[in-house]
Amino acid sequence: MRGIITVLGKDRVGIIAKVCSYLANEEINILDISQTIVGGFFNMMMIVDLSDNTHKFEAVSKSLKGIGEELGLEIKLQREDIFNNMHRI
Amino acid sequence: MISRSEALETNKMISEENLDVRTITMGINLLDCADSEPNKLCDKIYDKITESAENLVKTGDEIAAEYGIPVVNKRISVTPVALVANGHSQETCVKIAKTLDRAAINVGVNFIGGYSALVQKGSTKSDVNLVRSIPEALSSTERVCSSVNVGSSRNGINMNAIKKMGEIVKEMAYLTRNEGSMACAKFVVFCNAVEDNPFMAGAFHGVGERDRVINVGVSGPGVVKHALQSVREADFETLCETVKRTAFKITRAGQLVAQEASKRLDVPFGIIDLSLAPTPAIGDSIAEIFNEMGLEAAGAPGTTAALAILNDNVKKGGLMASSYVGGLSGAFIPVSEDHGMIEAVRNGALTLEKLEAMTCVCSVGLDMIAVPGDTSAATISGIIADEMAIGMINNKTTAVRIIPAYGKKVGESVEFGGLLGTAPVMPVNGYSCERFIRRGGRIPAPVHSFKN
Repeated sequence: MRGIITVLGKDRVGIIAKVCSYLANEEINILDISQTIVGGFFNMMMIVDLSDNTHKFEAVSKSLKGIGEELGLEIKLQREDIFNNMHRI
Repeated sequence: MISRSEALETNKMISEENLDVRTITMGINLLDCADSEPNKLCDKIYDKITESAENLVKTGDEIAAEYGIPVVNKRISVTPVALVANGHSQETCVKIAKTLDRAAINVGVNFIGGYSALVQKGSTKSDVNLVRSIPEALSSTERVCSSVNVGSSRNGINMNAIKKMGEIVKEMAYLTRNEGSMACAKFVVFCNAVEDNPFMAGAFHGVGERDRVINVGVSGPGVVKHALQSVREADFETLCETVKRTAFKITRAGQLVAQEASKRLDVPFGIIDLSLAPTPAIGDSIAEIFNEMGLEAAGAPGTTAALAILNDNVKKGGLMASSYVGGLSGAFIPVSEDHGMIEAVRNGALTLEKLEAMTCVCSVGLDMIAVPGDTSAATISGIIADEMAIGMINNKTTAVRIIPAYGKKVGESVEFGGLLGTAPVMPVNGYSCERFIRRGGRIPAPVHSFKN
């Protein structure tokens, strides 16, 4: 199963580093990253591999939310299927 | 691969435009609980429901967390109780209602539907007992919802039953007079009731269904409204295309949730109900869609056409997005559950007569309408008869959920709270239909029912 992490909020130093180091600690592989900054607003999407971590989904999701709160950002983890279903036939 | 902007669009729909899955409803067959001994019957019903739906709420919440889309309600529908309670007394029917309520509380669902009877052509003794017990059942329980089907395009309309409906609605209003005549909000009268409707208060598990089934109701008036904001000056072709595209996306999310729930609960997937159901929240309103289409208020000339466009294009967009579409599938126009509708009623833009016209082009009917407490039983029956006739002649489901708010007059409001909202008391035509309703009997099946 693949998950999509979205990060939204005001840009600051170390956002990617913080998220990536957390994922590395949890042994979650990052498959794709796309990121942009418009008018100081940070917008990132990551595709991650959760096939070995299904049982931890809730925990990972909570931790990422926590990291987001620490950095003043909104960080969400969702299963990829919802986006595929809504935007692809 | 999904792009950043697509991920952003989905999440914006959820966080800012109130996209949600309105309900996961588990249909449960209770026919195998039949027993001649009332206590045994109730025990079997309780056990079957609590065992079948043990993980329903938990699973709904887990899916919501993993996909990041709210699953607002988890509910249960059961076989029409008049069939399950065949041969039992009115008292036993009430006992069953209380059992359903206990089971609903135990598994944590907010409503359980199916305290119902199907009497479109006539009533059995058990139908009569159940119908008589409805006021007591709904006023002594919290989560039980009830419905009675009194007509169909195939069979005509049972006018004896309609006469009785006016009386029990009045009785319920009185019994729950201290709670804004709340029991009436949990009771629907149908023509052409559907057997796989996941929405309350009219859900029941039809006899043609499997033992258990998962039906899902999607929603998202807010998403449609936002999408229409971007095509404000465009023509009707663009307007319709925009509604279709949006409905497709909404329904796909619903289909995914339905399949996932079905898999995790090991209960077959039944249908997706493509309905735009409003909530009292700002930005989650059908009336706001009318505003966006170019009407000053719901009820303005053009409203019926606007609703027809909305309803038709939600279906066109949604049909391809789901493998099985069913239930009511159409836009709901409950007055008390839509702040824009409430406002339109208060401003005098929306009347009962205009709402009746609107029900010709959408699902379901006169929904969550409060009328003065002194409205007579015959007048309520007359309003129901009109709505049933629309359903019978037009081959569609119509319904009436009307609240003669005890002690209240036009201009006052009834507060139900939560998803049921606030109902402004609407004026009713004061001329009598008493002699018409008193006739009794049955309206024969309409000519276009003879298709064989």
